Amino acid sequence: MSLQTLTYLVVGLSFLAYIIIAIVSKAKTTGDFYVAGKHVHPIANGMATAADWMSAASFISMAGLISFLGYGGSVYLMGWTGGYVLLALLLAPYLRKYGKFTVPEFIGDRYYSNGARAVAVVCLIFISFTYVAGQMRGVGIVFSRFLEVPVTIGVLIGMGIVFFYAVLGGMKGITYTQVAQYCVLIFAYTVPAVFIAMQITGNPVPQLGLGSTLAHEHTYLLEKLDGLVTDLGFRAYTEGDKSTIDMFMITLALMVGTAGLPHVIVRFFTVPRVSDARKSAGYALLFIAILYTTAPAVGAMARFNLVNTLQPGKVGSAEGNLAYAERPAWFRTWEETGLLHFEDRNGDGRIQYFNDANPEYAARAEGYGWKGNELKVDADIMVLANPEIARLPDWVIALIAAGGIAAALSTAAGLLLVISSSISHDLLKGILMPGITEKDELRASRVAAAFAIMVAGYLGYNPPGFVAQVVAFAFGLAAASLFPAILMGIFSKRINKAGAIAGMLTGLVFTFCYIVVYKGVFFAPLRENIPANWLFGISPEGIGVIGMLLNFGVAFVVSRLGEEPPLEVQQMVEEIRVPRLTGT
Amino acid sequence: MPDNKGPDSRQAYWRANLRLVGLCLAIWFAVSYGCGILLVEPLNRIEFFGFKLGFWFAQQGSIFVFLLLIFFYAWRMNALDRAFGVEEQETTEKDIA
Repeated sequence: MSLQTLTYLVVGLSFLAYIIIAIVSKAKTTGDFYVAGKHVHPIANGMATAADWMSAASFISMAGLISFLGYGGSVYLMGWTGGYVLLALLLAPYLRKYGKFTVPEFIGDRYYSNGARAVAVVCLIFISFTYVAGQMRGVGIVFSRFLEVPVTIGVLIGMGIVFFYAVLGGMKGITYTQVAQYCVLIFAYTVPAVFIAMQITGNPVPQLGLGSTLAHEHTYLLEKLDGLVTDLGFRAYTEGDKSTIDMFMITLALMVGTAGLPHVIVRFFTVPRVSDARKSAGYALLFIAILYTTAPAVGAMARFNLVNTLQPGKVGSAEGNLAYAERPAWFRTWEETGLLHFEDRNGDGRIQYFNDANPEYAARAEGYGWKGNELKVDADIMVLANPEIARLPDWVIALIAAGGIAAALSTAAGLLLVISSSISHDLLKGILMPGITEKDELRASRVAAAFAIMVAGYLGYNPPGFVAQVVAFAFGLAAASLFPAILMGIFSKRINKAGAIAGMLTGLVFTFCYIVVYKGVFFAPLRENIPANWLFGISPEGIGVIGMLLNFGVAFVVSRLGEEPPLEVQQMVEEIRVPRLTGT
Repeated sequence: MPDNKGPDSRQAYWRANLRLVGLCLAIWFAVSYGCGILLVEPLNRIEFFGFKLGFWFAQQGSIFVFLLLIFFYAWRMNALDRAFGVEEQETTEKDIA
């Protein structure tokens, strides 16, 4: 069977599974639609959360980023896992105790104001749409690379599948499809990693392989890798190039942002009890950690493979570099997609891959007769081409396609659900038409989900310029707006309506403006995005932390100036702090 | 046994919870921001099974500690819930409505 047919078969089977699950778990009530009837087992919820959380970026791009950033890539590893500690300790159990359906609903009730609720809806929709556009794009790209259909058709197929199970099943359908999607994606991710770890280090566990010696010599992998890349003018793999303050701020912004993402928070509304919410966050992190501890191993080993392939001999010797005519088969395949690009600048027919941005190395390179780096490598290739580099069977390659699509679809569905429930439940039922019946609300949420899918599909097909900046935006805004508002709502009885609204708006506007100024969204950046220009040396990726601090500060001061929240609100805070009320 | 009823015991429960959260967050901070970022250079001079120690904390160690922290917190909180008599009963249909 050809690879093409096999890929169609594997991806087709995974789709069939999602559709069957969707039909079996159709939502009958708004409770089913918004929070899966609060019947989800904590382990199932953990898997669903993991799939919800791990997007096309985690699956396809993260290991590649780490492989080029080395130590600097740690911001993603720590930042995208540490947020679950914050969720489990500071938010999830209390929001579960609160026991209603959406994040804006909590903010509206706690700050006794439809205004606060509306601000939260705006934050939520903005965060979720920027994020979902990237997912739809990811679906389209995986389709076009592995199934060779145009990106547009890929986006349409992806929309169709999500439409089917999100609109029909709501949260209930999404939850159980996400469990299936988690299994597909984690299997697809770890199988090639195990084989590659075996080949390079002789240890089948990638996490241990990263710290092992090489299979045929007594040098540690990381030590060897440091030597290989510094010989080519790159920074040592285990050292970073970001300043300490920037590492610190980016990691913190990603952690707090994770804890503030509505589609993640809402997953903890679906478990039966408060104690389940605490445990479930642990299971979610466990399932996430399987991929997140494999990724640094994949990154280091892929970089090792890449450098060894391109530089089989001594650096600087005439025969040290790979001759272009002798390039391996996977090299040719990925050249066709444009992810690898070779240009023979010095005309010697060999590939020189080195860091030509390093001025100290330039003289040496010139001495070797090299005229600049000749190979451009897209970071995404590190995961996508892994099975081919390791010469794994075709079914593993087909699995990578199904895994990438599963990662993108599961995240997209989770995001679309929070968008539709904030429209039907918060805007419609909560603010505009309080008298609406449950049946009509359920219908409205389906229409809203369908509408959100259309918009997401359009954004995926026709991405605005800022899709690449989605990460900075979604996390920065979640960190600066929703997270502080929810946290203060639980841990302080003193923060009042005016304080919360002023805080959220300050955090939101500050973070939004900072990112726009340096990244440029609808126009060219106003200031060049370089460390010398940044406020306190903090890049736009890490600025959400300052937005969060401003949010806390403004909310505190404004609340002190005004009156205490009404007694019934203080009572509500008391109640969400304990799993079960006793006495009085 | 603490008194199960009334606001005093609720305050004590909440204070005990805050102490536990504080402890866990201190560890959370120490492994990631401390060992993984602020102290990464001195720690990198120490070798830890084929890793530089600081690098290991940043790429693997902190994730393992996060995981242990959440399960530790869940375990201690369940004990605390029981000690103060605020643990949940089996779910009832009322809870879902």
